[in-house]
Parts: sequence; C-alpha cells; structure tokens
Amino acid sequence: MIRQGMPFWLVDVRPKRIMMHLALIAGAVVMIYPLLWLASSSLKPSNLIFSDPGLWPAKLRPQNYSDGWRGAALPFGVFFRNSFVISGLAVIGNVMACSLVAYAFARLNFRFKRTLFALMLATIMLPLHATLIPQYILFFNLGWVNTILPLIVPKFLAADAFFIFLMVQFIRGIPRELDEAAAIDGAGPFRIYRSIILPLLTPALVTTAVFSFIWTYEDFLTPLVYLTDMASYTVPQGLRLFMASTGVSAWGPMLAMSLLSLVPLFVVFLIFQRRLIEGIATTGLK
Amino acid sequence: MDGHQTISAAAPAAASPGASKRRRSRRGIGMTAEQNGAAFLFLSPWILGVVCLTLGPILASLYLSFTTYDLFNAPVWAGLENYRRLLFEDPRYVQAVKVTFTYVFLSVPLKLAFALAVAVMLNRGLSGLGLYRGIYYLPSLLGGSVAVAIMWRQIFSYDGLINQILLWFGIDGPSWISNPDYALYTLVSLAVWQFGSPMIIFLAGLKQIPQDLYDAAAVDGAGPVTKFVRITLPLLTPIILFNFIMQMIGAFQAFTPSFIISNGTGGPADSTLFYTLYLYEQGFTNFQMGYASAMAWVLVGIIATATAIAFMSARYWVHYGDER
Repeated sequence: MIRQGMPFWLVDVRPKRIMMHLALIAGAVVMIYPLLWLASSSLKPSNLIFSDPGLWPAKLRPQNYSDGWRGAALPFGVFFRNSFVISGLAVIGNVMACSLVAYAFARLNFRFKRTLFALMLATIMLPLHATLIPQYILFFNLGWVNTILPLIVPKFLAADAFFIFLMVQFIRGIPRELDEAAAIDGAGPFRIYRSIILPLLTPALVTTAVFSFIWTYEDFLTPLVYLTDMASYTVPQGLRLFMASTGVSAWGPMLAMSLLSLVPLFVVFLIFQRRLIEGIATTGLK
Repeated sequence: MDGHQTISAAAPAAASPGASKRRRSRRGIGMTAEQNGAAFLFLSPWILGVVCLTLGPILASLYLSFTTYDLFNAPVWAGLENYRRLLFEDPRYVQAVKVTFTYVFLSVPLKLAFALAVAVMLNRGLSGLGLYRGIYYLPSLLGGSVAVAIMWRQIFSYDGLINQILLWFGIDGPSWISNPDYALYTLVSLAVWQFGSPMIIFLAGLKQIPQDLYDAAAVDGAGPVTKFVRITLPLLTPIILFNFIMQMIGAFQAFTPSFIISNGTGGPADSTLFYTLYLYEQGFTNFQMGYASAMAWVLVGIIATATAIAFMSARYWVHYGDER
C-alpha cells in the first residue's frame, strides 16, 4: 500500500494520486510564494516592487543590498555581529547548563527530586510575561540593562527548561548498564556525565543548539527591552530601526536586508531539517 | 521501555551477589550524602535560575501588581487599585483583551485545521514527502522573525502583492494594514501561514495509527470519509488537544508581528493592540510597572483558565486508546 521512499520524479500515474500531488503542489506554491517574492523584490527597483507581482525582476537593482547594508544609522554588519555573538553564547549556555541539569534529573538520586522535577515542568508552561517586569527590575538594579548579560545569563542558568525536558527524555533511553559499568570501574558522576552521557547525548545537544540559535536569533522582545544603545542592537532591532527611520522611501533596501536576515535561518534549516522535524515530532516543540 | 526497566526485570532471575549489588546501585548512583551533594552541584545552575529568574520574580510581580511603581521611586502600596482600573476604567485594556481573544480563537482553530488537512494528505504515502514537508514547515520556522513581519506588511499594503494580484481580477482591494476592519485579519493570516509545526506533530501521530484498523474498516466497506471520521479523528484527539493547548498558549503571547505591522502602536485605531503590546507599552514606555504587573497576572490567569477548560473538556471529546 504505502509507497514511501519512491523518488518524487517517478510519477505515480493513478489519477487520485495525481490529483493529490496537484493539490499539494498548489498549496506549496502558495506557502512559499511570499518568500520567493521577497527574494525577487529585494532585487527590484522600488517602483517595480509596487507594480509587478511576478518573480522575475524586469529590472535588476543590486544596489538595494549595498544601500541596505549601509543601514539607516549604523551598518548592518554591526547588527549581524551582535546577533551572532548573542545567539552563539545562548547556544553554548543552553547546551552546557541544560545537559548538566538533565543528567541529574535522569540519572542521579537526590532529595526532593520529584518536587523539583514537577517544578521544572511547570516552568515550561509559564508565560514569559509573568516574569518579564520583575526580571527587568532585577537586571536594572544589577546595572545589566544595555549589556548582553540579561540575554545570556538566563541560558547559563538553564532557564529554557524545555531543553532540560528534551534531554531528560533522551538520557532515559541510554542504557543504564553503561553508567553502571563505568561506576564499577570507579568513575564518579562527573566522569560518567562527561565520558558516557555527553557523547551519546549528541543528537539531543544538536537539536537544542539548533532551536536555541533560531529562537535567540529571531527574538525581538528581549533585545527590545534590554538593548537600548543602537550599537548593541541585534538584527531584528536593526530592521525595525531601518523601517522606522526610512519609512516607505526605501522598500528595496529594506526588503534586501529582511531577506539577508533570513539567510542564517534558512541555512540552519537546510542543514538540520531532519533534526528539526524530529525534535518537533518527538517533543512537540513550538 | 528504557534501560532502567530492562534491568529491573532481569535482576530477580540472576540470584548472584553481583546482581544484588547491581540492584542497589541501580536505585541511584547518588544514595550517599556525598553523592546527593554531587547531584545538587549538577543542579546548581538551574536552582539558582529558578529562584532568581522564576520564583522570585513571580512573587515580586504579584507584590508589584498591588503597588504603583515607576522603577525610580520606591513602590507605593495601592491595594486592588490596578486591578480596578484594568476592569473598569481602561477602555484600551478592554480593547486589547478583545483583540487578543479574537486573534487566538480565530488563528488557532484555522491553523490546526490546515495542519491536520495537509498532514492527512502527506500521510498517504505519496512520493516526495520530505520535500513537501520541508516546504510546508519552512514558514513556521521563519514566521516569528521581524523580517517576515516586514514582508507581510508590504504584501498587505495598499499597493502590495495581494492587491496587485486582485487587480488582475479587476478588484481594487483596500489597504488591509491601515484599515481597522481588516488589520487584525492580516495578523491572523500570518499566524495561519505558520501551520507547519503542528502539522509535523499531527504527521507523527498519524504514523502511530495501526494500518490494520483501516484494513478492517475497508473489509467492512468503509469509504475514506467514514475512515477519517471513525478512525483517524478519534485516534488523533489527544494530539489535537496537545496542539490546541500549545498553540493557544503561544498565541496569547504573540507580540512581534503586531509590533512590527502596526509600528509599535497597535493601530490603526487600536485594532491590533495585542495584550502583550499594551503590557509592553505600559511597562516599558510609560514605566507603569505596577499596572503592567497586574496585567501580567491577569494574562497568566487567563492562560491558566483557558488551559484548564481545555483539559476539562477533554473527557467529552478526547479518546485515550482503548476504553479503560
């Protein structure tokens, strides 16, 4: 019955199947058209953006990219560098902190384990806004506003409990015999974590890293709240600044920078597509 | 299931001293006080985080919601004043609640309907599954970004893509973004466009449904519609509930699209004033931190209530495997 694994260019000739393919292709075109249109418009002169809905630019204007890169007040290079520094540190923080905590929950025995585990699960469901304002007051009093610390430190404190949960589930699937063999050889919990669990946990670490990168890179609210100095803006803030200061006069350059800002996400998607889809399917990630 | 249980099942059979030692160690590498300490060392980043970034702030925000506080002067106790103002004296707040509920209860069901429909089609074992799945999923990966919100703003502007296409059919479309009657629906459409991740969860669920059920139904003469209504839909209800709750919680907190498309104002005429946008405005533009904290608490209450209602409704429509 199931014809999976058949290469898609081998056309399945049953009429019902062809109808389904046609419907799916039409849907896929609708889904992807806005993005293709964005790519094409980023190369068009402004007057064509507002008159030609087609994908093939009648006239090319690559200067959109150089104009856009120069930005409204600061060049986009600054924003990209800020974004990559913050996202990179967030990835490191999440991978390190969440794997340590997940190991303890999955493998070690300690007092109040059940209570703490339930608390961890509860924090996953907690809306961000419940803590936004007091966290801001805390960071304000620590003098951290307008530094990247409020965006980074929570990751090193395993505040994204979702990833702890993901890793706990994964570690539970690693055979305990491995730990026990190492324990008999005299390895303590740190050795077991480092030389047994961590290497076998790689798939979950990659999933965590990929989602941490995407979410931190896309995040707009947190930088908007904490990064007030233009030189420390991230890419989303840079785009917003560009939009606010040029208004409707520079749609070409603005769409060019919008597209450019999506490129890192698109590259991550191409490389890690399987991992992303598995991550969503098994944990119900966002 | 996992390694843990495999061992406990095997242990009684092997009655050697080694086995009993193994059983003891199985109950935890950290039974001694020393190892209990090791566990808390592993947990220490998270415990610090939970205390300073979650539990502490939650209590602080509850306290602040009963005060007037502008960040620079000490909070002044105001009792229930903030909550009274929210409910009775702030028409913009009422508007924000209306806008947000409309957004949530339009976008979430539509999103799930598309997700389910496409997942069912993709589950028919068609060739090219990976390619289709990738394309349908891509928007939900990029959709939360400022770049996509900017793109959406252009697409639905007066001389944007949608109206250019409508013009082919001789229709002179309105300016969707700047018309209070339509602006919210452009945001709903942006949310629905991102149905890819619930679709993937549905696909994973569909793969769990045993093929023999469909074969047996086919023997009894069931057509595709009967199969869908009598087999697929009931067996998917737990996943529908899960997706509904997750998407709903997310939708209540939506912020970026309305901020970008309305240029931070929630306009035109407050027609896209999302709850979170108004909270941001009160807290971080007007520095009414006490008032914003009260808003945050009401939002937590709304989300908790909506989630509880969804869970309680489950007994009437969610089918958990064999009736036990």
